[in-house]
Amino acid sequence: MEIAPRFRPGDLVRVDDRMALGHCRTPWYLRGKTGVIASVHGAFHDPEKLAYHKPGLPRQVLYKVRFRQSDLWAGYAGSPQDQLEADIYEHWLIRADGEARSDSHAAA
Amino acid sequence: MNQPKRKTELRRDAGGRAAHDVGGLDFGPIDRTEHDLALWEKRVDAMLVLLTGPKKGAFKVDALRRVIEDYGQQQYDSTAYYEKWIRAIRNLLVEQEVLTRAEIESKVAAVEAAMRAAGRELVGGSVPWDTMESPI
Repeated sequence: MEIAPRFRPGDLVRVDDRMALGHCRTPWYLRGKTGVIASVHGAFHDPEKLAYHKPGLPRQVLYKVRFRQSDLWAGYAGSPQDQLEADIYEHWLIRADGEARSDSHAAA
Repeated sequence: MNQPKRKTELRRDAGGRAAHDVGGLDFGPIDRTEHDLALWEKRVDAMLVLLTGPKKGAFKVDALRRVIEDYGQQQYDSTAYYEKWIRAIRNLLVEQEVLTRAEIESKVAAVEAAMRAAGRELVGGSVPWDTMESPI
């Protein structure tokens, strides 16, 4: 069964700022940060369940999300154009339409 | 099958992040020296590929990550990359009832005895089984 992605390239999303009990692949430094969907990788078995020998269902859509480095690190000294891309599963993403963010970082 | 518990070992004074989740923390300069893998490291790598492959399917690589993440800060920081792997593989083989702890321990004892008999020096100590064990 094909799973319809909730987000499309260009959508603004915020990584949920929550604690995880047990294994998860969402890095701490991205929680609560806003980025833009760069691409949709597809649906995969959920690693948060596979880690406990469960079947990993329902599958989760995985996205490549693009962040501004200057949004991630206090006092970032590099170029304001610098970006970071991370693979984030859908159940960690919240729609962030309307939140302030520069157009220059929209997905290509 | 044993049912592993969900838990999170936190890193001290790091805002509630898990012990292994160190991205962005300052650990000093990175050693960029290239080095070859030791034979035992290649063997550990091969073992994981075989155990997680479709034929054996003993566990998923996500379970390996989970066991490594549950070590807690002290052990996470003081063990090398493939040390983390082999310990997690060992614990997962027992968790998934592929081998028993007694089988592994008796084999390790036999190998150690053979090494001593051959006059070879044993290095390192025993590695704790219990991922809850945290000597902090």
